[in-house]
Amino acid sequence: MADLSIDFAGIKCPNPFWLASAPPTNTGDQIMRAFDAGWGGAVWKTLGNPIVNVSSRFGGVDYGNTKLMGLNNIELITDRPLEVNLREIREVKHRYPKHIVIASLMVETKEEWREIIMKAEDAGADGLELNFGCPHGMCERGMGSAVGNEPQVLEEIARWAVEFAKTPVIIKLTPNIGDITEPGEAVLRSGAHAISLINTIKSIVGVDLEKMVPLPRVGNASTNGGYCGPAVKPIALHLLSQLSRHPQIRKLPISGIGGISNWRDAAEFIALGSTTVQVCTAVMHYGYRIVEDMLEGLSDYLDSQGMKSVSELVGRAVPAYQEWGDLDLSYRVVADISVDKCIGCQLCYVACMDGAHQCIHLPGKTEAESRAAGHIHMPKLIPDRAVISLAAAEGARVPYVDEDECIGCNLCALVCPVQGCITMKELPTGKVPETWNDRVQKGTNIVPGGLDATAAARAAT
Amino acid sequence: MEAKHRLPVGRLEERFTEKKPLYTPAEALAEANRCLYCVDAPCIKACPTSIDIPTFIRKIAADSVKGAARTILTANLLGESCGQVCPVEVLCAGDCVYNEWGRDPIKIGRLQHYAVTETLKRDPALFTRKAPTGKKIALVGAGPASIAAAGYLALEGHEAVIFEKKAIPGGLNTLGIAPYKMKGHAALVEIEWVLSIGGIELRTGVEVVKGEAGAGQVSSADLLREYDAVFLGLGLGPDSNLGIPGEDGAGVVGAVHLIERIKSHPGLQLEGVSRAIVVGGGNTALDALHELSLLGVATSMVYRRTEAQMTGYVHELAAARLDGGTLVENRVPVSVVRDGDRVIALRVAESRDGKAIAGTESDLPADLIVVAIGQSRATQIALAFDGVVVDPKGRVVVDAATHRTGNAKVYSGGDCVNGGKEVVNAVAEAKIAVRAMHAQMMGA
Ligand SMILES: Cc1cc2nc3c(=O)[nH]c(=O)nc-3n(C[C@H](O)[C@H](O)[C@H](O)COP(=O)(O)OP(=O)(O)OC[C@H]3O[C@@H](n4cnc5c(N)ncnc54)[C@H](O)[C@@H]3O)c2cc1C
Ligand SMILES: Cc1cc2nc3c(=O)[nH]c(=O)nc-3n(C[C@H](O)[C@H](O)[C@H](O)COP(=O)(O)O)c2cc1C
Ligand code: SF4
Ligand code: SF4
Ligand code: SF4
Repeated sequence: MADLSIDFAGIKCPNPFWLASAPPTNTGDQIMRAFDAGWGGAVWKTLGNPIVNVSSRFGGVDYGNTKLMGLNNIELITDRPLEVNLREIREVKHRYPKHIVIASLMVETKEEWREIIMKAEDAGADGLELNFGCPHGMCERGMGSAVGNEPQVLEEIARWAVEFAKTPVIIKLTPNIGDITEPGEAVLRSGAHAISLINTIKSIVGVDLEKMVPLPRVGNASTNGGYCGPAVKPIALHLLSQLSRHPQIRKLPISGIGGISNWRDAAEFIALGSTTVQVCTAVMHYGYRIVEDMLEGLSDYLDSQGMKSVSELVGRAVPAYQEWGDLDLSYRVVADISVDKCIGCQLCYVACMDGAHQCIHLPGKTEAESRAAGHIHMPKLIPDRAVISLAAAEGARVPYVDEDECIGCNLCALVCPVQGCITMKELPTGKVPETWNDRVQKGTNIVPGGLDATAAARAAT
Repeated sequence: MEAKHRLPVGRLEERFTEKKPLYTPAEALAEANRCLYCVDAPCIKACPTSIDIPTFIRKIAADSVKGAARTILTANLLGESCGQVCPVEVLCAGDCVYNEWGRDPIKIGRLQHYAVTETLKRDPALFTRKAPTGKKIALVGAGPASIAAAGYLALEGHEAVIFEKKAIPGGLNTLGIAPYKMKGHAALVEIEWVLSIGGIELRTGVEVVKGEAGAGQVSSADLLREYDAVFLGLGLGPDSNLGIPGEDGAGVVGAVHLIERIKSHPGLQLEGVSRAIVVGGGNTALDALHELSLLGVATSMVYRRTEAQMTGYVHELAAARLDGGTLVENRVPVSVVRDGDRVIALRVAESRDGKAIAGTESDLPADLIVVAIGQSRATQIALAFDGVVVDPKGRVVVDAATHRTGNAKVYSGGDCVNGGKEVVNAVAEAKIAVRAMHAQMMGA
C-alpha cells in the first residue's frame, strides 16, 4: 500500500486530505469527528474579531438530477468568541497530536495580526492560513479578497505574519483576479511558506422571480456571495497550474482547493502540483465519511501506477501543460461510435449538426433528406447499423461518423449518455509533428482566407 | 479464476439465459449515480450481512470499483453470489428510499455483482491473511455457510478443513439456484476465490458420520478430537414426500432433486414431458414452476391455500407467470393417476383453509409431478456431536449471539439452523459463529 503521508512546508501529516476553512471546521467537536473519519488535517473556520451572520446564507445550483453542483454562500468568518475557538484548538491538538490543525486568520491591523498569531500558535496550531480570499462581506471591510486583490497589501501583511509566526505561514488566495501569478509572486517576495487556493468565486446564484430579489434572499435583499463546489473545479485546476508551472512560485508547496469530491478529483489536483488538498462543499453535502473513498481510492490508484508514495504524484502532469502555440497541429483524433454500446438517442447527431461540423449522419435517409437536414458533405456510404443494445426499438439506428469530415472536437463523446460508447481514436496523419510556434519560426503561420488588409500587411513585411 | 471442480457439459441449465446479466461499466455508472448516498440508510439495515451499500455504490460512481468490492466482501465474503441470488426485492432494494417516492429502487444486487466480479477478475488478491494462529477448524458441509465461515476463519489466520459428502462443493448455491439467476459454474469460481485466500482445505466426497468411519467417511468423534473447533453447515435433507397413493415410481420427483439434476446432470432431457404440475407454495415450488416453464413445459403450481397465503415471494410468482407458469389455488393432491407406469394426472380435491372438501375430486393432466412441500432435515448427524441439540422441527439449536451449539466446541449456521432461508443468511450466521469461535480459540 502506497504511503499517503506528506510533508507540507515542514508540516508532517498522515495524509493529504484536509478540511477547508468553512462550516465543517466550525468547532473542535466537528473536527475531532472528522479526524476519526480519516481526515488528516483541518483548517479552522477563519478566526478574527467576531462578526454577525445573516439568515439565510447559502444558495445552490442543481443540474438535472444532480443537487448542489455549485454552492454559493454569504457567510462571514467565525461568529464564535475567539477564546472559545482557541480553547477548542488546544483540546483538539491535545487529543489528536498527529493530526494537523491550521488556524485560518483574518484581522486588520499589524497589532491584531501579532496578537492573533501568537494566540493561535499558543493554542497549538501547526500552521497559519491567512485568509486573503473571502470575496463577500469581509472585503467590504478591507479584509479577505480586498487584500488578495492587491499584491502590495498582500505582501505587506504576509511579511508581518512571517515576522510574528513560529509555524509555517500559508497564504490563501482569491480566484477573483486577472492574473493569479501576481499575488503568487507577492507571496514569494513576502517569505511566506506556502499557498492555498482557491477561495470562493464572486457569484450571484439566482434570482427569485416572484419577489424580484437575487438569491439567497435575506428579507427583501441579497448580496453577492462566493461560489464553490464541483462546478468550480476546472477554474481551481487552472489557477493551481498557473502557479505550479511558474518557475519561482512552484517552489512553494500548494494546498489545492475547489470542487474536490472524491479520490480522482484529489489525484488530479495533486498531479497538477498540490501537495495537500482541501475540501468544503462535498463534506457539507455528504459529510466527513467521504474521506474513506478518498484514502482508499488514492492508495489503490498509486498502487496501480506503481507509485510508492503520494509525493511521487505531486506535479506529474504539470510539464504536459503547455501554451496553445506548442500543441501539435499534426495530431488528429476522430470520433468512433461503438455499435454494441449505442442506444440510439441521436444526441451526438444533433450536437454535431448544430454545434459542430455536420459529420454525423443518420442512416436510412436519402441524400436529398440529408442535404435538406443540413449536411453539405455526403460520405460515399452510410452503413445502416441497427441498435443492438438490450431492448432496441424497431428501426433504431446507430449514427455514422464521416471520418473524413470529423475534426475531432470531442463534442459527441461528451454528450453521449453511455459511458465509453463514443471514443476518440487516434488517426495517424503521417505528418511530422508541427506546432503553431514552429510555423511562426518558419514563417508559414499564414492561414489562407483572412482579411485583404492583413494579407497586404504581411506581404509588405 | 479457474474453478477446480467443474460441472459436465450438456446440462439443461446451460439453456437458460441470465435475467440480470452482468452490468457493463456504462450501465453500472449510470445506476450508481442514481443512488442518493443516504445516511443511516435503510438498505443497509435490510441486508442480513449489513453491507455498507451507500459507500460501495458511491465508490463505483467515483471510479473506485476495487474499493467497492472491498467494502462488499469485508461484510459478505460471498457478495458475488449474493449480488445475483439475493431476493433484493424483499431485502435491501425493498427498503431503498426510492420506494418511498414511488420510484424504481436502486439495483443494489446488480451493482454488487458488477463490483465484485469486475474486481476479482483483475485483482483477486484483495485480502491478506493474518499471521497463522496454529488453530485448526473442521467444517461439515461445503455450502455457503461453511464456505463463508472457512474464508473468515482463514483471514483470521486459522486453518480450515471442509468435509463435503458430494463430489461438487457449494451446496444449494451450486446445485439449487435458479439458472436464470446464476449458473453453478459461477458458484464454483467464487469458491475457488475463497480458497485462494489460503489456509483452507476442501475435501469433497467425504461424509461426516456417526460412529465408525468407512471409506469416504470421517467420524464425528475424530473431528472433535483432532480439531480446535467444529462448524456444522449441514443444510437441509432430501425433499419431503406427499404420502399419497401412486406417488412412488417414475414421473414423480422432488423439486430440489429435479433442480439439482437440471443444474448438474448432462443426461437429463425431460423427453415426453409436455405438462407438469408442481405441488407446493414456497420459493422452491416457484423456482420449479418457473424453470420448467422456461424449458417449454406447460406447468401449473398446485397450492392448498390461496395465493395471498403462499410463502413464496410475490415477485417470484409474478416473474414465473410472465414466463408462462400458472397457479391453481385451493387444491390438495389426493393421488397420482398412472396409466401403467406412466403418470397421466394428479388427482386433486378442492380445499378450504388447506383442508380437502370431500367429493370435489378432479384430475389435472400431467406427465411429471414435482413435489415441493419442503425438505426433510439432515441434522441427525449433528446429534453425533455430544451435547448438540436439535429442536422439534429438526433445526440445530444454537445461541443466537454466538451460534454455538450445546457442545462448547461446536458451532453451526445456515439452513440447518434457520430451517431454510437464503444464502445471505447463511453468510451472516457464519460471520457470527466465526467471531465467537475466534474469540474462544484465542482465549479473548
Ligand atoms: C431450489 C432452491 C432455490 C434457492 N434459491 C435461492 C436464491 O435464489 N437465493 C438465495 O439466497 N437462496 C436460495 N436458496 C436457499 C439457499 O440455497 C440456502 O439458504 C443456502 O444454500 C444454505 O446454505 P447452507 O450452507 O446452510 O446449506 P447447503 O447449501 O444446503 O449446503 C450444505 C452442504 O452440506 C453437505 N452435507 C450435509 N451433511 C453432510 C455430512 N454429514 N457430511 C458432509 N457433508 C454434508 C451437503 O451435501 C451440502 O453440500 C434456494 C434453495 C433452494 C432449495
Ligand atoms: C459556507 C462557506 C463558508 C466558508 N467560509 C470560509 C472561511 O471562513 N474562510 C475561508 O478561508 N474560506 C471559507 N470558505 C471557502 C472554502 O474554504 C473553500 O475555499 C471553497 O469553498 C472551495 O472549496 P470547495 O469547492 O471544496 O467548497 C467558505 C465556503 C463556504 C461554502
Ligand atoms: S441545515 Fe440545519 S441549520 Fe441549516 S437550515 Fe437546515 S436545519 Fe437549519
Ligand atoms: S449519443 Fe451515444 S448512444 Fe446516443 S446515438 Fe450517439 S452514439 Fe448512440
Ligand atoms: S436507500 Fe437506496 S438511494 Fe439510499 S443509499 Fe440505499 S440504495 Fe442508495
